[in-house]
Amino acid sequence: MQLTQEEQDILDGRQGETLAKVMRTLVEYGDTFGAERMVKVTAPGHLVTSFGISIMGAVFRVMDELVEAGLHTKEPFTVDPRPIDNADVPANLIQKIVGNITYGNQESYEKQLRAVGLKDENAFTCACYLPEVGNTPKRGDILSWAESSAVVYANSVLGARCNRNSAFIDLFGNILGEVPEFGFLTDEGRKATWVVDVRCEHRPEAQVLGSAIGMKVMEEVPYIKGLAPWLGGRLDDSARAYLKDMGAATASNGAVGLYHVEGITPEAADLGEDLIAEGAKTYVIDDAELERVKASYPNIWKNPDAKPRLAFIGCPHCTLDQLKDWTYRLRKACDDAGEKRVRVPTVVSSAPDVLAEFAKYPEHELLLSTGATLTYICPLMYMDNPMTNLPVITCSNKLRTYTSARYFDEGDLLAIIARGTI
Amino acid sequence: MAEKTFAGHPVIAGAVRAKALVSHGGFNTLASYQQPLLLKDAKGTCSDQNNPDLYKKPLAGTALCLPQTIGSTTGGMVLMCACDNGAGPACMLFSKPIDSLAAAGAILAENWTDHPMVVVDRLGDDFLAYVRTGMDVEVAEDGTVTVRS
Repeated sequence: MQLTQEEQDILDGRQGETLAKVMRTLVEYGDTFGAERMVKVTAPGHLVTSFGISIMGAVFRVMDELVEAGLHTKEPFTVDPRPIDNADVPANLIQKIVGNITYGNQESYEKQLRAVGLKDENAFTCACYLPEVGNTPKRGDILSWAESSAVVYANSVLGARCNRNSAFIDLFGNILGEVPEFGFLTDEGRKATWVVDVRCEHRPEAQVLGSAIGMKVMEEVPYIKGLAPWLGGRLDDSARAYLKDMGAATASNGAVGLYHVEGITPEAADLGEDLIAEGAKTYVIDDAELERVKASYPNIWKNPDAKPRLAFIGCPHCTLDQLKDWTYRLRKACDDAGEKRVRVPTVVSSAPDVLAEFAKYPEHELLLSTGATLTYICPLMYMDNPMTNLPVITCSNKLRTYTSARYFDEGDLLAIIARGTI
Repeated sequence: MAEKTFAGHPVIAGAVRAKALVSHGGFNTLASYQQPLLLKDAKGTCSDQNNPDLYKKPLAGTALCLPQTIGSTTGGMVLMCACDNGAGPACMLFSKPIDSLAAAGAILAENWTDHPMVVVDRLGDDFLAYVRTGMDVEVAEDGTVTVRS
């Protein structure tokens, strides 16, 4: 990489050994991918590591080193959700004790986060780009983010530019205010090498469509045709919520960091098929293909026929409109089943700032009247507690991928929640 | 004994010898190391239910042969922690160009822990088609990988 004199001085340790290591890490990272220079980060950061799992000693040592060196980000950053909410997520005494042990370093880790530039106490969400949270980059912004679902949303739906950075690479880029220029930061790196042709007779479930795309294209960029009619032909709040969920599945079931949806996402709307690289491969998705993908998901519950003990909705975190929508759907599902309240304990997750806004609407009380609860946690981290390895059901393909939770389409999930059995 | 040599590109150079553990699909770093890290499992028993090649097999000390890593962007940090805890592979051998998360993990382990891991990429599809779990793998400083069956 060609470094400026200032960058070279940092690398040579003239601003301290720790900052030199930060720079060396990013330079080696850039060199690996053929980056020729560093470019300025133009919007606040978002970090993926929000949890103080006591076993991850290396994480706390690195953070200590950064704090002791007095390093912090150029602008305040947001970070992924907190792992524990003992008030609103069902847990017995043993689960609470083990959860508190598992995340025994949470308090000290949050102190480290504050020292290096955490935005505020409400900054914990995987969907930092939601308007209520406010970390919403503009098209063309250069980001140093991690969190796979946030990166793919920022690149695809907002048109910002960010690589699929790992934890710590995200933080280091925001400390330096620079990132190596390669991959999704370049026009060439944003071209599609797959054409996904959606030929469904029914509106594809976002989380299954994303799963199918992710498993097929892995880390490559898909250009998705045939989806726009199912999104109403425009990028409104409903389409953005759909793409949030679809993108999270592409990123967790595969390694997608950017997708284009014909006529919908900003670059596809402007550039159309000019975004498709020469020699791009084609993947046709119809209803049968989605059923095939869904049927491939293993059931790894200890008792495969168990009654579900918990349902999680909101991975990634729900938008405000999704919270309202789930409210009415949960109420209707209960009414249809002749039940006043849900038969499977149900937890709906969203960002602290979105939950605060939701509390102002009548749907808030209506949702709580179904017996469902609201939380700000990451369901995945909740299930990392060895004592919470319950038969959990979800409509999140990300949660399914990383835990023993079983996936169900939203309609099926609602019916199970209301009647109590699968 | 059959022997075949593949030329790769060293991402983190080093010489190492280990038994191959082969994943034909993408290696989901978080899903694979989530349980072993939480349960302090020094063998690094793979917890990724979606990877039939690796599920429930020990990852520690292996020559992990794979096309690329996939999944959560915690991946690099998880890899760094696995190396730091002694549950990491002895080396990671990629048939494709390395992905950003695995590269980050390898570079973080090299710069911020005392447990760097040898990493070679661009070994080609032939490498992944040839190598089998349990074969003897020797990696040279220049990225040459010799597989013996």
